[in-house]
Amino acid sequence: MISFSPSEEQQMIINTVSEFAVNEMRKLYRECDENGEIPAEIIDKAWEFGLIAGSIPEKYGGFGSEHSAVTGALVAEELAWGDLSMAMHILCPALVAFPIFEAGSEGQKGKYLPLFCGERYKPATAALIEPRFNFDPNALTTTARLDGNEYVLSGEKCYVPLAAEAELMLVYACQNGATQGFIVENGASGLEIGEREKNMGLKALATYELALKECRVPKENRLGGEAGCDFNRILNYSRAALSAMAVGVARAAYEYSLDYAKQRYAFGEPIAARQTIAFMLAEMAIEIDATRFMAWEAAWELDKGKDATKDASLAKMYADDMVLTVTDRAVQILGGHGYIRDHPVELWLRNGRGFVTFDGMAIV
Amino acid sequence: MIDFEIPAEVEAAKKRARENAERLLRPIARYYDENEHESPDELIKELWRNPSLGMSAAMGLGPEVIFVMQESVRGDAGLSLCAPGAGLGGAAILVSATKEQRERFLKRFSEGEPKWGAMAITEAGCGSDTAAITTTAVRDGDEWVLNGEKIFATAGKRAVESGGVVVVWATVDKSAGRAGIKPFVVEGGTPGMKVEKLEHKLGIRASDTATLIFEDCRIPYDNILGSPEVIDKTKTTGFKKVMATFDLTRPFVAAMALGVGRAALDFVKETFDKEGVEIRYGWPRHKLSSVERDVMDMEANMKAAEMLTLRAVWMMGQGQRNDLQASMAKAKAGLAVTKVTQKAVELLGPLGYSRKNLVEKWMRDSKINDIFEGTGQINTLIVARRILGYTRDDLK
Repeated sequence: MISFSPSEEQQMIINTVSEFAVNEMRKLYRECDENGEIPAEIIDKAWEFGLIAGSIPEKYGGFGSEHSAVTGALVAEELAWGDLSMAMHILCPALVAFPIFEAGSEGQKGKYLPLFCGERYKPATAALIEPRFNFDPNALTTTARLDGNEYVLSGEKCYVPLAAEAELMLVYACQNGATQGFIVENGASGLEIGEREKNMGLKALATYELALKECRVPKENRLGGEAGCDFNRILNYSRAALSAMAVGVARAAYEYSLDYAKQRYAFGEPIAARQTIAFMLAEMAIEIDATRFMAWEAAWELDKGKDATKDASLAKMYADDMVLTVTDRAVQILGGHGYIRDHPVELWLRNGRGFVTFDGMAIV
Repeated sequence: MIDFEIPAEVEAAKKRARENAERLLRPIARYYDENEHESPDELIKELWRNPSLGMSAAMGLGPEVIFVMQESVRGDAGLSLCAPGAGLGGAAILVSATKEQRERFLKRFSEGEPKWGAMAITEAGCGSDTAAITTTAVRDGDEWVLNGEKIFATAGKRAVESGGVVVVWATVDKSAGRAGIKPFVVEGGTPGMKVEKLEHKLGIRASDTATLIFEDCRIPYDNILGSPEVIDKTKTTGFKKVMATFDLTRPFVAAMALGVGRAALDFVKETFDKEGVEIRYGWPRHKLSSVERDVMDMEANMKAAEMLTLRAVWMMGQGQRNDLQASMAKAKAGLAVTKVTQKAVELLGPLGYSRKNLVEKWMRDSKINDIFEGTGQINTLIVARRILGYTRDDLK
């Protein structure tokens, strides 16, 4: 039966996260963007919601709620509304936890999932993107070669959030033509973390380039063990999460520019009273809602165990364009003021521009 | 619980609707496009005998109706619109009539010969600006006397000639502006209501679009929908209630729009498939051909419009006010299918432009969805006012 109503439980999660976004994230996000740091306190506070531990089964130490990509999409939108850098930082451990939960072998689940159920934030990350214009997650240049009881990983990665502090890293590499994940523990030999990246947006999120120089990991560290993993499914989870995040960023920009347009007077009336401005806002509202539901549907398909490739990739493609258009319109509505860093819309435009580049950088 | 599951009975209804549309509508679609104003009598008889062969199959299915409606219109938009039934006039009656009126006006649609319902709002001098309506209704004892001229009444001729109903919007007090605008039901065959002409259109040619003249047309006093009183000129409650008709019809028009878009998109994909052109979903942008990007863009826009439409219909079923969402759906769907069908003509090259195929027809048919039941611009204006909390005076 078609329904657009979140469940009561989901609504409670939305309310909690939304309150956190308003009262905590929104107080700090500009400062974080300017100085490139996110205070540990805010990350710890978010950790207390159990956004990751919540859907890890009790036998691994989690709270044992059913893992739901739809719920994840709802959370992702609210967090990204608060701030994209913080949202990605908060959810970063899920880049390891959820693929292990979804595709890991029993041994991997038993060994690693409890790490994400502790009281303190557990820095963990994934390395998927590679520094070249024609990056393709299904045709990676980073390779994995089996050598005795070890896999040897070679290649270069970029946009790896929290790489320097991560205790666990899921590295994606090409093995026999297919993308597979490899669990790399902190300090593995041949893993060289590069300089912190300087990007147009996501400035508060610490991301890194890294090199894998014959990096050796035990054979049993391949995600899914003997069976390997269905990488496309993991990618689809990420597409749903990122689409929902794009909606969050777009909604932030839309709401701000709507308020501004009602307060800013020109020629004796609010600029919102002119159709040129009002219609931009209406179109933004329409596209934001449409994209949100596309993200939900893709997430719902994943929850149902369906192949979500078509809808998830269409949602992501649509969201990439939508968030750029909406954040750009928001800057435009503020005119010169939109270009000034006293207002947040330029930040949202910089962050929004990134979605088309972000592959696999969030998962719910 | 957020859910996108389509129940099995809807899937079955969808499949039947597609088969019926392909059997009944597709084969004669071109003929009635080329022979405008000829009546598809056989089809009409069949749809009257068995309404579930057409769009009416969708009734009572919940928000998933839109999938079934899409399938029907996918067969042909113009022919779908000439299916007998209460139509838009019926929607207005459902929204604002008394029980007695419903019985008196709607019963005819389930008995006797085929009948149609129509809505007559637009005039030569006003479309979306309904407050500017000049057709008058003057009370004379137990009757109203209507005078004026209405244009663009979908199924207007059929409604008049079949003994159906026409819901006519007229003013009872010009000085009262919007508060004076009231809907009246005129039964087909009432003296003083006549068909002046039929329009020649860009598309949906099988559907008649009529100019109706009202010359001292007398109807019973009880044929007014809603309150006859112009209580307070500043209050337009009655008017708003009638406008609520559009909250009901706009999502369905959006669904019909999607049907035409789906026809074109399916044809493009089938043609490509036969030629071995693959659409590789999930591949990175830089590896896709421009044709693949175009098709994905079409798909995504259709999906976006479908989601908004589904939400608007779902809210209606939940008894929630859906005026904003209905306009969002209508604005998005009307524009999306206009673009999708235009792109389909482009992508298919000479096959798209040729009248040997239906793609060029679908492009012409689809355009009406960006115009009727409120243009894309009027719907965008409604959305804008609602999100800003502005009145019509705040945002003109």
